[in-house]
Amino acid sequence: MTLTDLTLAEARDGLTKGSFSAVELAKAHLAAIEAARGLNAFITPTAELAIARAKAADERLAKKTARPMEGIPVAVKDLFCTEGVLTTAGSHILDGFKPTYESTVTRKLIEAGTVMVGKTNLDEFAMGSSNITSHYGPVKNPWAPPGDKDLVPGGSSGGSAAAVAARLCLGATGTDTGGSIRQPAAFCGIVGLKPTYGRCSRWGIVAFASSLDQAGPMTRTVGDSAIMLNAMAGHDPKDSTSAPVPVPDFEAAVERGVKGLRVGIPREYTMDGMPAEIADLWRQGAAWLKEAGATTVEVSLPHTSYALPTYYIIAPAEASSNLARYDGVRYGLRVPGETLDEMYENTRGEGFGKEVRRRVLIGTYVLSAGYYDAYYLKAQRVRTLIARDFSQAFEKIDALLTPTAPNAAFAIGEKMDDPVAMYLNDVFTVPVNLAGLPGISVPAGLSARGLPLGLQVIGRAFDEETVFATARVIEKAAKFDTRPPCLKK
Amino acid sequence: MSYVIHGKTGDWEVVIGLEIHAQIISKSKLFSGAATDFGSEPNSQVSIVDAAMPGMLPVINEYCIEQAVRTGLGLKARINLHSVFERKNYFYADLPQGYQISQYQHPVVGGGKVILDLPDGTTREIGIERLHMEQDAGKSLHDQDPRRSFIDLNRSGVALMEIVSKPDMRGPEDAGLYLKKLRSILRYLGTCDGNMEQGSLRADVNVSVRKPGEKLRTRTETKNVNSVRFVMQAIEHEAQRQVDAYESGGTVVQETRLYDAGKGETRPMRAKEFAHDYRYFPDPDLLPLELTDAYVEGIRKSLPELPDDKKLRFIGDFGLIPYNASVLVSEKDIADYYEKFVAEVLVRTKLPKERIGTECANVVINDLLGHLNKAGLDIAKSPVTPQMLANLQALKHDNTISGRIAKDVFEIMVETGKDPADIVAEKGLKQITDTGAIEAAVDKAIAANPTQAAQYKAGNEKVAGWFVGQVMKATQGKANPGLVNELLKKKLKD
Repeated sequence: MTLTDLTLAEARDGLTKGSFSAVELAKAHLAAIEAARGLNAFITPTAELAIARAKAADERLAKKTARPMEGIPVAVKDLFCTEGVLTTAGSHILDGFKPTYESTVTRKLIEAGTVMVGKTNLDEFAMGSSNITSHYGPVKNPWAPPGDKDLVPGGSSGGSAAAVAARLCLGATGTDTGGSIRQPAAFCGIVGLKPTYGRCSRWGIVAFASSLDQAGPMTRTVGDSAIMLNAMAGHDPKDSTSAPVPVPDFEAAVERGVKGLRVGIPREYTMDGMPAEIADLWRQGAAWLKEAGATTVEVSLPHTSYALPTYYIIAPAEASSNLARYDGVRYGLRVPGETLDEMYENTRGEGFGKEVRRRVLIGTYVLSAGYYDAYYLKAQRVRTLIARDFSQAFEKIDALLTPTAPNAAFAIGEKMDDPVAMYLNDVFTVPVNLAGLPGISVPAGLSARGLPLGLQVIGRAFDEETVFATARVIEKAAKFDTRPPCLKK
Repeated sequence: MSYVIHGKTGDWEVVIGLEIHAQIISKSKLFSGAATDFGSEPNSQVSIVDAAMPGMLPVINEYCIEQAVRTGLGLKARINLHSVFERKNYFYADLPQGYQISQYQHPVVGGGKVILDLPDGTTREIGIERLHMEQDAGKSLHDQDPRRSFIDLNRSGVALMEIVSKPDMRGPEDAGLYLKKLRSILRYLGTCDGNMEQGSLRADVNVSVRKPGEKLRTRTETKNVNSVRFVMQAIEHEAQRQVDAYESGGTVVQETRLYDAGKGETRPMRAKEFAHDYRYFPDPDLLPLELTDAYVEGIRKSLPELPDDKKLRFIGDFGLIPYNASVLVSEKDIADYYEKFVAEVLVRTKLPKERIGTECANVVINDLLGHLNKAGLDIAKSPVTPQMLANLQALKHDNTISGRIAKDVFEIMVETGKDPADIVAEKGLKQITDTGAIEAAVDKAIAANPTQAAQYKAGNEKVAGWFVGQVMKATQGKANPGLVNELLKKKLKD
């Protein structure tokens, strides 16, 4: 038995039965992290911390006071502030920043007994769909066919996705503003859930776009995703946008099935130029759900084509303001200048990478006097219409099925000179963020080149249970082997 | 009251609007749990939210909302059940977030009014445009080090109310009265301590001038003026400057200016200090503020009696003239003192309150406040309690001492804090009401001054007053003045 091959649920059972210790489990994963340095999935491995927490977990396991995820090795996207542990957001501007506080989500994970094995790489400030914008270098997708070019893992939670796929941890946290959990999950052949906006606290997560950001679990199975969400979710009085709603037992909902469920197939998600293998997989997914007792209906989400441009106004607008605090005054990088303004210019000019600077400029522009109404205000109105599309659809259906991304993983360096082509990666995921709904990407098959492809299930607000149950049916039917080729020798 | 600038080209009217920044009385800041005490060690009252550490989120302090609503109700204003916090974006070293959370398009309080009490007893209404909540910034200290600036974030995130008046004021006096009245209302409500020296109340002064009957001309805004006197001086100077500009063929540009109290003049801020595009947008970290009618009504029911109502009551109950009433209600402590004083006098004299109301008002306004002002004391620190002052009044009413002696006794009371009865006994100030003793003194005075007595008989009745003075002097002021008068007139005619 290879400990790193276990699912989170299997590891939990093994620990409870005493088949192996939390320290053994942690060491196996730490060794895997060392062996997989080439993937560049981690910015900061936290081996010492992991061993210490694993020892504490073993004590609790021995005393039968284990918590729901006692001793489970997880990785944390380096956008979550972790007490005493370097937190970079993938940016030069946060050089040397060690928070004195723990984000609510990672605190909850600690309180559930998890063992953090490291902080994972990401696109700078979570802005990207390829993990190429990280100051700490690109992450490699473990699914790249041997001997082929290096592929992107997707982004922005690319380090987390690669780490879970390469068996460097049993689960990882991600954040999703426009697809940053689901698209890398699809590219790396794992399960990635963006919960309903407000389900998980944003407190202590470096903000990108506050009205869209949401933390979620990245795991190898749907069941593991449910277990991890249970630990991460819950109302937090420190986040005014976190929802004061109860957290159901998600794990219990996973095997519920889809009998009698009405699943919508949105007409507008059929895009010109979409590869046939993705369209085929989408049809296959619908067929699997029908076989399991669901009915599928074609629905219309008429404002879909406006989602991407709307997103690329709202997200940069919020980001331009959220990133104003990185000014060289209190923490992180400071590049001196003769005057205060010059210090700002030097610090932010050197501290932010090209994509971040681009979005700060776009955001500043759309909020400027004279442009606000034409861009930001109009985008907010369109956002309302997009949300209404979904709520009207959900009067007739219980879940939606779409592809997660319009393509499989691409080579590092591709799409770099055309930001719009890059932004198209999120065309199917962005509307879900704009509407604040839960969406999951579940691996459903392989492309002709042998790269993972994901299907997305979207649910009603706070109905992650239906999302899990539906994704689980696809997972079972697809019989997807989550082992990337590099691990099959 | 009309303030007019007589220019070379004719008379000019001054138009003034004030934006007041009032620090909300609250133990903790608007969006964090950090304390708000004034004068603490630099950076000792800063939470990780106030320092804008990565991932920090604001959470509204519900008590501050209550205070803002209470203030709105005190200004007889409309409470907006739906209001929105927005971000005002600009870079400065003492603004850690890079934006100030404020209310912009949808403030929590809409139109209201403040009533000015003019010295002639009449009133004038100044409109309130709006009131909104916002965060204060930190403080940049440029004088601590030759090369570097230091930042103190204690104020960062402290809750402010910005109260914007309509351009209803027409002179420095109006503005002074408005500021004092607003401060009085805030203090009655307990929503701002009104302390301008500590910066809990600051004024931005909008001034323009025009020929009577004209539409509004361009205004300037003089920022952060921190005393009533400076506000009035700034207006005077700024209005005159604008008149001079127009009359010398120039114009007035819309700009932000600073008041230099040392030089007594306003001057423009450097362009860089105000040329901002603030890029306001709703703060996505905060939900819109939704209040209910029941919530607002609950606060309305808890409002204290405010100065305008108290003034009307004082006029009705105690028969005061409006001006005296407005002086007494200007501070709650003074009004309370006065009421207590009247009540104590009533107990001692059994006179109807309409009879002693004005008398007591005069004692408080002329004697007590006069003394406290000179001594630089608040009424709360008065060495004379209402009870002691009532004892003095009682001694006057039962003719134990004369009004003149009472003034002397009051002086001793404020110096020593002793009870008036003790002072009277100690110093032997009891009024002489023994007719025989007074008669003897009168006889002696007439006998000693035959010339003046002859003048009186020749028809110069004014001399009687002179004789009263002589008798009072001879009795060290203790003779009952009524008796002295009566006896003198009788004896001088003889």
